[in-house]
Amino acid sequence: MTFQSILIEKTEESIKKETLEAPVFFVDLNLDQVIDAITAGRQEYNLKPFFYTPLKDIDTIRYRQEIAQDLENEVLLENIKSFALKMSAMRRYLALVDKLDFKNHQEGWFLEAAEVYCEAITGLAHDLSHANLRSRGLLALCECVANYANSDSFILLLTETQKVKTALSTVKYCVIIRESTVRVRKYEAEADYSVEVEKAFEKFKQGEVKDYRVKLYEGSGMNHVEAQILDCVAKLYPDIFANLDHFCAQHRHFLNETISVFDREIQFYVAYLEYIAKIKRGGLKFCYPQISNQSKEVYDYEGFDIALAKKRITENSTIVCNDFYLKDRERIFVVSGPNQGGKTTFARTFGQLHYLATLGCPVPGREAQLFLFDRLFTHFEKEEDIRNLRGKLQDDLVRISAILDQSTPNSIIIMNEIFTSTTLKDAVFLSKKIMERILQLDLLCICVTFIDELASLSDKTVSMVSTVVPENPALRTYKIVRKPADGLAYAISIAEKYHLTYDGLKERIKS
Amino acid sequence: MKAFLMYKDQDFDLQQQMPPNEQVLIQDLELSTLFNAMALGDKFLFEMAKKTVLFGLCDLATIRYRQNILKDCLKNPSVVRDIYRIPIESIENKQKRWLHIYGSNPGGILHSSIEMMQMFVGLLEKLKNIANEHADKFESEGFTRFFAMIQKELDDEYFASVQNHLMELKFGKGVLLSAKLGKGNEGTDYILRKPQGKKGSWMKRVFDQKSPVYTFYIHPRDEHGARALSELKDKGINLVANALARSAEHIDSFFNMLRIELTFYIGCLNLSEQLAQMGKPVSFPLPVASNERRHSFDGLYDVCLALTMKQKVVGNDVNADSKDLVIITGANQGGKSTFLRSIGLAQLMLQCGMFVSAENFCANLCEGIFTHYKRKEDATMKSGKLDEELSRMSEIVDKIPPNSLMLFNESFAATNEREGSEIAKQITCALVEKRIKVFFVTHQYEFAHGFYDKRIENVIFLRAERKADGGRTFKVIEGEPLLTSYGKDLYHKIFETGD
Repeated sequence: MTFQSILIEKTEESIKKETLEAPVFFVDLNLDQVIDAITAGRQEYNLKPFFYTPLKDIDTIRYRQEIAQDLENEVLLENIKSFALKMSAMRRYLALVDKLDFKNHQEGWFLEAAEVYCEAITGLAHDLSHANLRSRGLLALCECVANYANSDSFILLLTETQKVKTALSTVKYCVIIRESTVRVRKYEAEADYSVEVEKAFEKFKQGEVKDYRVKLYEGSGMNHVEAQILDCVAKLYPDIFANLDHFCAQHRHFLNETISVFDREIQFYVAYLEYIAKIKRGGLKFCYPQISNQSKEVYDYEGFDIALAKKRITENSTIVCNDFYLKDRERIFVVSGPNQGGKTTFARTFGQLHYLATLGCPVPGREAQLFLFDRLFTHFEKEEDIRNLRGKLQDDLVRISAILDQSTPNSIIIMNEIFTSTTLKDAVFLSKKIMERILQLDLLCICVTFIDELASLSDKTVSMVSTVVPENPALRTYKIVRKPADGLAYAISIAEKYHLTYDGLKERIKS
Repeated sequence: MKAFLMYKDQDFDLQQQMPPNEQVLIQDLELSTLFNAMALGDKFLFEMAKKTVLFGLCDLATIRYRQNILKDCLKNPSVVRDIYRIPIESIENKQKRWLHIYGSNPGGILHSSIEMMQMFVGLLEKLKNIANEHADKFESEGFTRFFAMIQKELDDEYFASVQNHLMELKFGKGVLLSAKLGKGNEGTDYILRKPQGKKGSWMKRVFDQKSPVYTFYIHPRDEHGARALSELKDKGINLVANALARSAEHIDSFFNMLRIELTFYIGCLNLSEQLAQMGKPVSFPLPVASNERRHSFDGLYDVCLALTMKQKVVGNDVNADSKDLVIITGANQGGKSTFLRSIGLAQLMLQCGMFVSAENFCANLCEGIFTHYKRKEDATMKSGKLDEELSRMSEIVDKIPPNSLMLFNESFAATNEREGSEIAKQITCALVEKRIKVFFVTHQYEFAHGFYDKRIENVIFLRAERKADGGRTFKVIEGEPLLTSYGKDLYHKIFETGD
């Protein structure tokens, strides 16, 4: 099979238009920060569309997972990066050619572009053939690059580049500047005068002295004086420069289309793997999840919020991992417990894991099985700057109803603290109503709430509670554990701290 | 080119650490008096006197090397002072003519370096003339080498070639650069080249070449072009400007080192002239290795006391060869402290390569010189006096190496005699066993006599002389420690008039 794309095996899908808009839930799940960080410094590749497009079939997800696994070989990854650097240099040189004013200068940079391109191709062909590849995608690529590197057109480009380059490297000339007159001629083996001066005073050499060399501007580019000198040099070496002209005309379009596409697409993996490498160095784990479009028995062990992890590691602080699993008929996590205890983070993690998995990427955690969803919805509290109290509740209801209308049994809904803008009684009533519809749909859901009753609505709900350090309830553990939402654990631990528990009071109050 | 007048094969290192007890030595041995006599008001001479005297040598060859150079200096004082004028002149010229290597571009650096270099060349010629005229009057290894080096390295041909370079580097005939094509056919590897050909102008030679020469001109009003041209020139002369600037700095440091190394001898000349006026003798001491035990001299006097009194002071004759411990007792006001100081001073002078204030003097070298003198009560009341003395002793013990010289002046007396003696005894015995030579001035009879009773071979007892009538000779002679220090004499002397 011929190689088409490193992102998608089947040709038809690759023709699809690229998604330019981030999915609506990106901000709620903090995935906007993650993707911004991943693609930072790689603007030239325009990678965001790749991260905005979740995959719909398990086979393509596997196709990418295999490639990502191959790229976990550090040698190969470094090789790919070095290929990318060369391709990037080539593009820079070609862009430069368009901007330059002087012909000999333009042709000089065109030759540089061709040379670095040849290095990139021969390097890539060599590196791929020596890598122990297992993925369908990279094996096909390897064959494709090998064929191209051995093609007549490429070999011609390579040999002529070297020939012209070698000839130019033999050019050595002298410039004589006297007032405003500049003379240019061939170099005639005149001695290096600096060396001679140094020798003349060598006998006085004492200890270390200051370095008086001035750091002169070394930028590339050419002013009209240098251009005139170069024109004179071209006249001194007419044959060499005629060959250069010929080379440029003959190889005007040397860039291969498939290689060019690959150079961009492989950055999807490189960028993601580089991003998670920093997190891994902080001691956290990533894994390739099992993906199913049948079983809703999802689980992840030692998972974490990928955006938070990056931030905490940059600050050199630790992050708490959490486990979750759903078995049999279980579909809904109801997360309750003290504030600032990691509930929202837990909900985000669940969403991030599922989304990243559909990109074909490794996800946070030691081991995971995840569900191939059709749609993912989030309902997080929106700021209420203009709306009044009533308006906000109304808005909540409108949004949730829209979500429920679009949902199928294969969707995922993540709800964070809904109905906070009303009385508890109302909130309980409304929440129960919403939960009933969700239970009916049998979809996967996370519901972060302060309403304990929701945790025990059905055998499909699983109660998860954020926990505190018993001796000091002000300290959060950031652990979210499966346990009944009694709403008491927190209050009791505060009571214990002040010796106001039943037992405590009995002892303190003398009879 | 190196002056090498302090060491046979190395520069004098100004950065080396002063001995940790620098301040104590200066105070206890009245060294400022010595330094002032050497410096005669010159701050630099004072600092250098301090450094050279306190950085004592412990190697016989270098001490003899300096002694011989100093002998040459004493024979030819005016020539040596003339040489010393040369680096001084360099400093004065730099200040007067604002000579300084500066500039943000290679052209400026090159220009200021040429100016500096021309000034140096003049002084080097002066130095060479002195060498040509007076070299034969010097006998020491150090000066012989120095003059031979000057004559060899700075011959006429060399001066001609230097002048030629300084001329060429003004680039009256243009700057010749070679270059290659780098990335994008941009010129790179600009190297300044020496024009070829001796006959005729090299420009003419260029036109004679078969290889073509292409010429273009920058329009006089093309400022951008002129700037581009000067940037190009800068690329070429960057290295040569660096080379010349560094060379100038090297010559500057050669002069600087010459000045530093000569200051020691100039200081010695100053000192010897003052002592000669007072009619006090100096002599070159005979040093022996530090593991031997020698200390014998005739007419050793305290040079600082002599300089202060500006007159003859009493000299002492002692033979303490093969002794590890010298205990000095005797009359108050009898010259004990003066004697102890003269021992310390002579040792320092010997070990820096100087003459000493004695008719003759022989001693072994010491790895270090330490003093422990009685101090006045601590005004801050932080610690008691004995406490303070012992804490100072402890600091010394942290640092003192074997084969050092330890001078005690009435130490550990800030308690009753029994305890003080016991402390002094234990400390002294330990030091001596650790191969440290100890001079101990004390009034503690129990301590002094304790050693005397044991009749130990390696201990010698000296006593400040007191005439039968109670008069002092200020001489120190060999003698048993006595139970009294004749404080009564002093009492009488002071209360005599009152009686």
